[in-house]
Amino acid sequence: MNNLIILPILIPLITGVILIFFSKNIMAQRWISAISAVITVIAASMLANHVYRDGIQTMDLSNWEAPYGITLVSDMLSSLLVLTTSIIALAALFYSFKSIGEAREKFYYYAVVNFLLVGVNGAFTTGDIFNLFVFFEVMLMSSYVLLVLGGTKIQLRESIKYILVNVISSALFVIAVAYLYSVVGTLNMAHISVRISELGDMGIITVIAVLFLIVFGLKGAIFPLYFWLPGSYYAPPAPVMALFGALLTKVGVYSITRTYTLFFYHDAGYTHQLLQILSILTIIVGAIGAIAYSDIKKIIIYNIIVAVGVILFGVSVLTPESLTGSVFYLIHDMNIKAALFLLIGIIIAITGTSDLNKISGLINGYPALGWTFFIAALALAGIPPLSGFAGKIMLIRSGFENESYLGAFVVLMSSLLVLFSVMKIFIRGFWGTPRAYKNEEKAPVKWLLIAPAVLTAFAVLYGFGTEAIYPVISNAAETLANPEIYINAVLKE
Amino acid sequence: MKTNDIILQTATKVVLFIIVLFSVHIFFAGHYTPGGGFVGGLLTSGAIVLLLLAFDMKTVSKILPVNYIHMIAVGLLFSIGTGAGALLFNVPFLTHAFGHVELPVLGDTSLHTATLFDLGVFLVVVGVTMTIIQTIGEDE
Repeated sequence: MNNLIILPILIPLITGVILIFFSKNIMAQRWISAISAVITVIAASMLANHVYRDGIQTMDLSNWEAPYGITLVSDMLSSLLVLTTSIIALAALFYSFKSIGEAREKFYYYAVVNFLLVGVNGAFTTGDIFNLFVFFEVMLMSSYVLLVLGGTKIQLRESIKYILVNVISSALFVIAVAYLYSVVGTLNMAHISVRISELGDMGIITVIAVLFLIVFGLKGAIFPLYFWLPGSYYAPPAPVMALFGALLTKVGVYSITRTYTLFFYHDAGYTHQLLQILSILTIIVGAIGAIAYSDIKKIIIYNIIVAVGVILFGVSVLTPESLTGSVFYLIHDMNIKAALFLLIGIIIAITGTSDLNKISGLINGYPALGWTFFIAALALAGIPPLSGFAGKIMLIRSGFENESYLGAFVVLMSSLLVLFSVMKIFIRGFWGTPRAYKNEEKAPVKWLLIAPAVLTAFAVLYGFGTEAIYPVISNAAETLANPEIYINAVLKE
Repeated sequence: MKTNDIILQTATKVVLFIIVLFSVHIFFAGHYTPGGGFVGGLLTSGAIVLLLLAFDMKTVSKILPVNYIHMIAVGLLFSIGTGAGALLFNVPFLTHAFGHVELPVLGDTSLHTATLFDLGVFLVVVGVTMTIIQTIGEDE
């Protein structure tokens, strides 16, 4: 019994509700959401510390015992993701104060961001497959509002596509859960895992596994289900884009990781082979998109798809080392994507355009912005002392050890193309002859730079402190590699 | 052109109270028989919609001066508060308390904090339905 688990879900929920009352008072909204975000970060770090010291924490809501009620489970992976989410949300909120604009702030912007946080933290924490669906919906509905809020033409067009895709994938999710329930007769994730191993080798389980891959693949944007992402993520303003890019697809990735390590590991020859092929194709498609465009938003958006592929490649290899690499890379990627989206948000705020052909010479006026972007770009590509390196090296090594030569090679090559794509922004946007931009005076660059600079500093610390963080991450991967740990913690056998 | 809809308005005045009473009945019946906060809330908003059909928006907002968006928030606070109240007693979130209580007029009644949770659901449902209908109706 430990109510600490629910705090990262409960605090944003209460905050969101309270903010509804203050919709016209912008200062009150800012203060309340900032304070609650700080408290959420503190609660999440206490939770992560607790999980690290005392093992997996579970909590049976309403005091109903494990398979009968909803259980919240916080293992190392989920508590780390909750902590990362809280930090990113704090950064995005801080950035929003000066960039999102009064019209949006008066229309429940902060309340909706808090509800988004409820959905994401809940999806990471829950131990019940249908409750996962509910938290997905909480997250998605908030994301619909954040996407359309402001009501410009491009936002309206893209949210229709986004809502359509997600309504269909949610319906598929319900169908998949219904199939699974009719086979195993339970919804508790640990209990499902036990029942599936009792059933042994059944064809229908493999079918359900593929159905879940389609569902979560649509949410997490894997090949060939990524088609909605580049357009939808292009529409909203920078802090919303950072929240989407850092959190939403990663919830899909987390769900694939969870289901493919906890439920569907019995027929790995088929399911994980499929996952591997799709993840390799995802990396290739993402890399092609990232180098093809000369629009800074599009470049970073396609880098999300590359990262999704890289993480899932580690899951598909399914060894302790590859899972450790995946977890390492997942947390690094959430952090660095948020930083990059906030940074390009500043570039767009200064120049008023996201077209790389119309930007040059920014390093003259904005050296701090330029070098922060440079470090973030190197971290994204995985240059050794920075954060992207450790995860990728583990993924590549385990790929070669398990004779997935093609996959490991593609991951290796993708780094080069990712580096090329972000360096293109740096070289063409920051070098060259300085130009005059019409928004230059109005953009509060100094304030806006704080949040992404802190996130970039985290990326540097994460890279230099790999040795210190390694036991935490390998603890998370150990639970993924041995589902018995998870099952025993939940069912208390 | 405004037609004379006196029959509709008079009928509404009678039927409205029956619908409201029925929705309250459905709300309280939820624990032992079909019903509960969701249908109860929908029925109540049905009653208000009937009022909107018989009269115009301004009259209805004069009769019921409620900010429905705040109503949603209050409902959410009820439901979350019921769940979070469990934290004070050091039991897991959403643990409910119940028991038989001897009340002055009603006698032996079984009370359950799930009703407070349901009241939150009721308020949210009424608030959401009315916000949707009013927002669409007011749009010129």
